[in-house]
Amino acid sequence: MNLSLLILVPLLTAIAVLFCSNSTQVKWVSFIGSLGQLGLATYTMFAYMGARTGGNTSQMLFESRYAWYPALGIEYYVGIDGISIAMLMLTAIVVVAGVLVSWNIKRLSKEFFFLLLLLSVGAYGFFISLDLFTMFFFLEVAVIPKFLLIGIWGSGKKEYSAMKLALMLMSGSALVLIGLLCLYFNTTAINGKHTFDLLQIAHQHIPIEAQRFIFPLMFVGFGVFTALFPFHTWVPDGHSSAPTAASMFLAGISMKLGGYGCLRVATYLMPEAAHEYSWIIILLSTIAIIYGAFATLMQTDLKYINAYSSVSHCGFILFGIGMLTQTAITGAVMQMVSHGLMTALFFGAIGMIYERTHTRMVAQLGGLLKAIPFIITVFVIAGLCSLGLPGFSGFVAEMTVFMGAWQRSGMFNHVATVLACASIVVTAVYILRAVGSSVMGPIKNQEFVTIPDARWNEKLASGLLIAGIVVIGIAPFLLNGLILPDTHVIMDNISRGVVGLK
Amino acid sequence: MSQLVYLVPLFPLIGFLINGIGWRRIPKSLGGVIGSLAVLASFCVSLGIFFEVKDPSFHGPVIVQLFEFIHSGKLFIPFSFQVDSLSSLFLLIITGVGFLIHVYSTAYMHDDEGMVKYFSFLNLFVFSMLLLVLGGNYLVMFIGWEGVGLCSYLLIGFWFKNRDYTNAAKKAFIMNRIGDLGFLVGMLLILFNYGTLSYQDFFGKLQGAQPAGISSDTYNWIAICLFIGATGKSAQIPLYTWLPDAMAGPTPVSALIHAATMVTAGIYMIARSHVLYTLAPMTLHIVAIVGLATALFAATIAIRQYDIKKVLAYSTVSQLGFMFLALGVGAYTTAVFHVMTHAFFKALLFLGSGSVIHAMGGEQDIRKMGGLGKKLRTTQITFLIGCLAISGIPGFSGFFSKDEILAAAYAHDPVLYYLAAAAAMMTAFYMFRLYFLTFTGGFRGTEDQAHHLHESPAAMTIPLIILAILSIIGGYVGLPAVISEHHALGSFLSSSVTNISEHHLEAGTEWMLMGVSVTLSVLMIAVAYSVNKKPNFTPSTGLAKILENKWYVDELYDAVFVRPIQNFSAFMERFAERKGIDGIVNGVGKSVRWGSDRIRLLQTGQVGFYIFVMVLGMITLFALGFFWVKL
Repeated sequence: MNLSLLILVPLLTAIAVLFCSNSTQVKWVSFIGSLGQLGLATYTMFAYMGARTGGNTSQMLFESRYAWYPALGIEYYVGIDGISIAMLMLTAIVVVAGVLVSWNIKRLSKEFFFLLLLLSVGAYGFFISLDLFTMFFFLEVAVIPKFLLIGIWGSGKKEYSAMKLALMLMSGSALVLIGLLCLYFNTTAINGKHTFDLLQIAHQHIPIEAQRFIFPLMFVGFGVFTALFPFHTWVPDGHSSAPTAASMFLAGISMKLGGYGCLRVATYLMPEAAHEYSWIIILLSTIAIIYGAFATLMQTDLKYINAYSSVSHCGFILFGIGMLTQTAITGAVMQMVSHGLMTALFFGAIGMIYERTHTRMVAQLGGLLKAIPFIITVFVIAGLCSLGLPGFSGFVAEMTVFMGAWQRSGMFNHVATVLACASIVVTAVYILRAVGSSVMGPIKNQEFVTIPDARWNEKLASGLLIAGIVVIGIAPFLLNGLILPDTHVIMDNISRGVVGLK
Repeated sequence: MSQLVYLVPLFPLIGFLINGIGWRRIPKSLGGVIGSLAVLASFCVSLGIFFEVKDPSFHGPVIVQLFEFIHSGKLFIPFSFQVDSLSSLFLLIITGVGFLIHVYSTAYMHDDEGMVKYFSFLNLFVFSMLLLVLGGNYLVMFIGWEGVGLCSYLLIGFWFKNRDYTNAAKKAFIMNRIGDLGFLVGMLLILFNYGTLSYQDFFGKLQGAQPAGISSDTYNWIAICLFIGATGKSAQIPLYTWLPDAMAGPTPVSALIHAATMVTAGIYMIARSHVLYTLAPMTLHIVAIVGLATALFAATIAIRQYDIKKVLAYSTVSQLGFMFLALGVGAYTTAVFHVMTHAFFKALLFLGSGSVIHAMGGEQDIRKMGGLGKKLRTTQITFLIGCLAISGIPGFSGFFSKDEILAAAYAHDPVLYYLAAAAAMMTAFYMFRLYFLTFTGGFRGTEDQAHHLHESPAAMTIPLIILAILSIIGGYVGLPAVISEHHALGSFLSSSVTNISEHHLEAGTEWMLMGVSVTLSVLMIAVAYSVNKKPNFTPSTGLAKILENKWYVDELYDAVFVRPIQNFSAFMERFAERKGIDGIVNGVGKSVRWGSDRIRLLQTGQVGFYIFVMVLGMITLFALGFFWVKL
């Protein structure tokens, strides 16, 4: 299994798109390419599980490495574990769905699909990198196309939003870069060379003084991507101005880059600092969860509702990581996957509604269940998943986070957990309000009576995402089993660094 | 048979999937048949399980583990079912009464275009409730717990084109969610302190030696948190206001919510957790007080309601209060007994009211009814049986269970008895007020309605007759101690639920208590008759007006909770988010631009200026260096 294929396939698809002559070709090439990538990711998953059941216990599988810039010890170094697989599958599914819902893009479709696929290259690369510099490189690849996607194909105050998003994410990655370099110079030099190798750094001991300085840089830097409070304001503006597929990608995958980085880089490599600062992480993420939920209550635009609820839901990712118990961290990873699928579905459904009604304001919608039953069913399912209803992935993910969080003793942690739990009530209020007023009631606008329901591409996209949500919701042990050994490794590193924490 | 227990929830699930996926293609009558058959099939399996459990050779609970649900680190929670006498009894109530309600619905909903969808939701409701009572651990119970919340939302708001109805549905869900939060925290506390959520492990550990750091406070905290969950689902003070509004849904749904599913969940949960509650006497006091207060409070409101379903809804809240009173005094099996008899007569009353509403063309106001008995003979007789049962008239099922509750309350504390007897008295009054206003006297509706009055079709009256029979005979499984030593239901449940033993009442006392409550009820029926013989509906004043407006609790909640929260979030949105955080973000951008604008001015392009600045800089450096060395 050569992991580089996971980068090459979308990259070649993106390049192939450039040679297409019309928009029909463009979308079919993108669709086939992303479907192929989904197949490849699925194959990788089975190959991985096969290797694991075959008794391969090394931490990362299918590794390959090439020297990239030997003078500084920078390598192209890739390899995967269960967490990476989960994120790869998430990315592959969301990208296929994103391509499908963009089927009707007419303006500059070639450029649109090219940028979308380029974004996915960044995400795939990020999730399989084991060299911090390579990882950073892919992180940047996954930022810049967003600016263009929002700026060109967006709606509303798109220039402002695109600029805000790009600048805030760039500041985040600048912090990550500083952190990376500091980390690099604090690694033990072998033959006079420091290292960017993630696994090697994990086995070394970064001095606690250095950790105290580097950890906040890294965590906040990555945290910006995951809407860490108070660096979350790019989320609502960015998501709402973006075209549907870009919103799906942004909320579904891009926000997970941050969570993955917080876990894999910041917490894994600097466990002592993570433990020292954990109360700050818990505090900020609890605020994000509650604050995001209350902020959602006041929104009137469907996309803003989902964007602010993403702030709240992504709070659970950082909350789980901050709790530093294996169950909570497992829950955080599950929440990444679950939220990725759910929010992509939500944005997808909102996009479908918007395309037909030309409005996203809750007050102007109403009675749509009668007019477009399929799309509305999808919309309601996304809402119910967001609301944390059993049977969907949100329930098991959040439940695992809660249970893991409660394992950490201490009054402060328990109070934070209860507050985080309390968000389920507020979530119910805003979801039911959004769903109730846009879906139920009499038809507000007579023009809605004749709008067409979902087409095949939209049905396929929704079906794919719903399947993911339901499978995780009903059989969470599938995902659990995949990531459990790896959260165990992370926990090992943490408990090695921090005595007395299990 | 008990190994096949997964079939019980499976059938309704299949029914839900078939009707839910194909709701646009399946013809209406077929949808009804599929939905009803699914529940009938589960009822048959439940019967088999019931007889197996009833057999003396059945030992202890059977745990059927389907698959591991969450497995993460130290945490292991299987998806398992527990079969014992308590769950098997609830299975019978849910599927049995549920099936009758399904059959009734096939006729009641026949003209509704969304009938197939309706049946899919109904099946999902039954499925969730079955999960709730079958679960072998609190997580599976919680899954069902949340599931019934969703189904009630979907069904209460089933006629979604009416804005009021969808608001009622929303209110139901949110109030339930507040309770769910308590349940969730209680669950986390159990998990944290005992490392398990399975009933068997948890209760086993409760009865064994306690780990360090666990005191009676721990029990009370867990018990209170779970009880908060119960107040939400079972509509107790302070979370009861959703239930009366929930009658916005189609009438059979009200019957399902009020009788077979949903509201009994809280009672089931406490009966299931009786080991915990027995160890937490302080919480039991709270349960008893909340239950009694709810029983009284809801009964006062029911006296002045004019909507036929509202009266029944408040009577449910009041009856649930009785059940919580029973739980609170440690008579767990008595509460379950009342759940059962209540399921029969409340389903009967709601379906009967549905038959009335059906005949009246959708009218629900009892001021516009009257004299319906002449045309709706079956409905009238069955409804009368329901009223007699709920009022606790000897011979009818409600008498036996209510009498047991009252006796248990007396044994615990006579004050509880007096208050409960007062609530029971009011029950007799408002139920017969409803009966007399609806079925006797002269007709007060329009000509048109009078012309259309008709008895409902057989699919509706047969369930009524069956339920009426059950409302009569259902009580004989639990004869009072003074009549018979053998309490069939009590001994059946004893394998899974143990009451807190109170000292036995003397036979004389018990006869007296029975006599007092029966006399009061009969008296109240007579009062109800004389008051409503010549009804006049002048606008009420004073206390009556307060009662008619339900003590203004909805308005109070609105002022104390809803508005402040709205204002708070509006403040957060406008001030903290827009002005605060976003202001800073935009401010950073603006200040960078502003700063660059100023710095740009330094680039004047005049060489003289540059040299001047350079010299200035050098002097500063020299000066600094000079003082640095000195210092």
